[in-house]
Amino acid sequence: MYHSIVLVKQVPDTANITGNVMQEDGTVNRAKLPAVFNHEDKVALEIALQIKDTYGGTVSAITMGPPRASDILRECLYMGADRVYLISDRKFAGADTLATSYVLSEAIKKIGAFDFIFAGRQAIDGDTAQVGPQTAEKLQIPQITYVEEIRSVENRTVTAKRKIDGGFEIVRCTLPVLLTVVKDTAEPRSFKAKRVMAYKGARSLMEIEKLVEGNSLLSTDALVNEYESRSLFIRTLTMDDLKLDAVRCGVRGSPTKVYEVDSVVLSGGEHEHVEPTKAGIGKLIDKLIEDHILG
Amino acid sequence: MSLSSNDVWVFIEQRSGKAADVSFELLCKSRKLAQVMGGKVKSVVIGHQVKELAEETFRYGADEALVIDHPALKQFRTLPYSKTLTTLVQQFTPRIVLFGATIIGRDLAPRVASATKSGLTADCTDLRIADVTYLRKEYKQLLLQIRPAFGGNIIATIITPDNPIQMATVREGVMEMHALENYQHGALTAIPYVPDPLDEIVEVIEQHREENHVNLKAAPIIVSGGYGMRTKENFRLIHELAHVLGGEVAGSRAAVDAGFIPHERQVGQTGVTVRPKLYIAVGISGAIQHRAGMQESNKIIAVNIDPDAPIFSISHYGIVGDAMEVLPRFIEVYKNKLK
Repeated sequence: MYHSIVLVKQVPDTANITGNVMQEDGTVNRAKLPAVFNHEDKVALEIALQIKDTYGGTVSAITMGPPRASDILRECLYMGADRVYLISDRKFAGADTLATSYVLSEAIKKIGAFDFIFAGRQAIDGDTAQVGPQTAEKLQIPQITYVEEIRSVENRTVTAKRKIDGGFEIVRCTLPVLLTVVKDTAEPRSFKAKRVMAYKGARSLMEIEKLVEGNSLLSTDALVNEYESRSLFIRTLTMDDLKLDAVRCGVRGSPTKVYEVDSVVLSGGEHEHVEPTKAGIGKLIDKLIEDHILG
Repeated sequence: MSLSSNDVWVFIEQRSGKAADVSFELLCKSRKLAQVMGGKVKSVVIGHQVKELAEETFRYGADEALVIDHPALKQFRTLPYSKTLTTLVQQFTPRIVLFGATIIGRDLAPRVASATKSGLTADCTDLRIADVTYLRKEYKQLLLQIRPAFGGNIIATIITPDNPIQMATVREGVMEMHALENYQHGALTAIPYVPDPLDEIVEVIEQHREENHVNLKAAPIIVSGGYGMRTKENFRLIHELAHVLGGEVAGSRAAVDAGFIPHERQVGQTGVTVRPKLYIAVGISGAIQHRAGMQESNKIIAVNIDPDAPIFSISHYGIVGDAMEVLPRFIEVYKNKLK
């Protein structure tokens, strides 16, 4: 029986960025972009679920994000996660990887004991591959990055195949350990219809607060209890719940700052047009031979 | 802000006693950065029997070398390496620490940055020192960490204004490597290492390394295909043209993701950076991450069916047309000329 925690992130669909979603301070106004479940994190969740299928135990998914990130937590439930946690607070906004890993590691300490932490190698917006290792460092646990395959788990030890520059290596490590996985490590399972039906009503604290707004008959606490009793409450942790040091969260806790953002301006291009004909190509080749580029 | 030296450190990555090129490339760049700041360049070499390697770092721009040599450190393992480097960084507080953005670098750097509470920017395509005004405060000689971001539509300049130590990772080939003609052998400082049972938590049982079959960096001519080639079958034309011209085959990230070529042939920010005599980009739109890997090529020819493809903006010659027609024509005409 193993307890796994999976770090997941909702990311802006970076294929669809336009100028009007960038804010003056250089950060993306994520609320304006279509948001998706970071693929490598889905792969991480899949691996955790496979461990559970084989050895038993539980899988918890956690994310630090704006209230909208509850969407991917529901997807985690659809895939088979047992518990999901939303770690959300305005004060967490604008965090770089150091601040993010601080918040995540404190949340994990609060959630309780674990054997594995799984994470995708990197998210498609930041592309840093830093949060996994930095979270492991703060929890003072070992890390195995670029995991391509879990070979075995026995006697509280995991054996894994990981990528290295120019090849691979097989490593063995005692638990607890943090592992980051790459996109080819596994194919994430599709949502089970039964679980979608069961969990599509799951809600976080912020979503419940919204339901209560303007409705004098409802109270947040009562509604939260209601959702909890039906296993539909997405546990929500805010800064107060975690007793965090404000100076280490969000923009304040981020040593790296975006100083400037320049849209890529494509100059008119002073390239020479070459006709796609035999004659045109012939002239080009002549020039290249003359310049000793081709011989 | 606590005092730190103006030194630039480069983590010298070694695998089986051989230094990774990227480490030497970073040393060369560090020399320029250190000159502006009036600091020294120090190479940090961790491994076993690495004294010779440490001496070599002077040839590429190190003023001093910090050497941590111990049998337990022969192979890279996260915990002992990160503990060693963290202790050194905390002890000497360099202003800048650079790592190659290799698998080792991306495993080690974030852990050291976390332990030292430093800022770390990954995959920089450029590094510069400049005086900066940020949020109405003035900062002198900050490291500008420049990289494409958010799908490649923007170039972001990141700074670490308020922390004493600025860290960054840089991919291989982004910076140029030049051995110095006249150089001094600097001081080699041996740092003692005391093994810790915790270092053995992760055990390496087996290791398999393959020599790279391809050396794109050394190829004078590169024919590179992108997603516009559509199928692996079509991509054979890229191979054919490369073969005829005596060049190497490469491709964009999209081509790798589509399975047309293996990752070791990928040119771009997350692949290899090349500067060949001739780079022919076929069916490559020219996203900034790709351009970052080839824009300094001596001559660039682009073939694309889309006249507005960004690749044309950095090409010397542009052919608007269907690659499936243009390439065979090119091959035929070239072969005839050689007769």
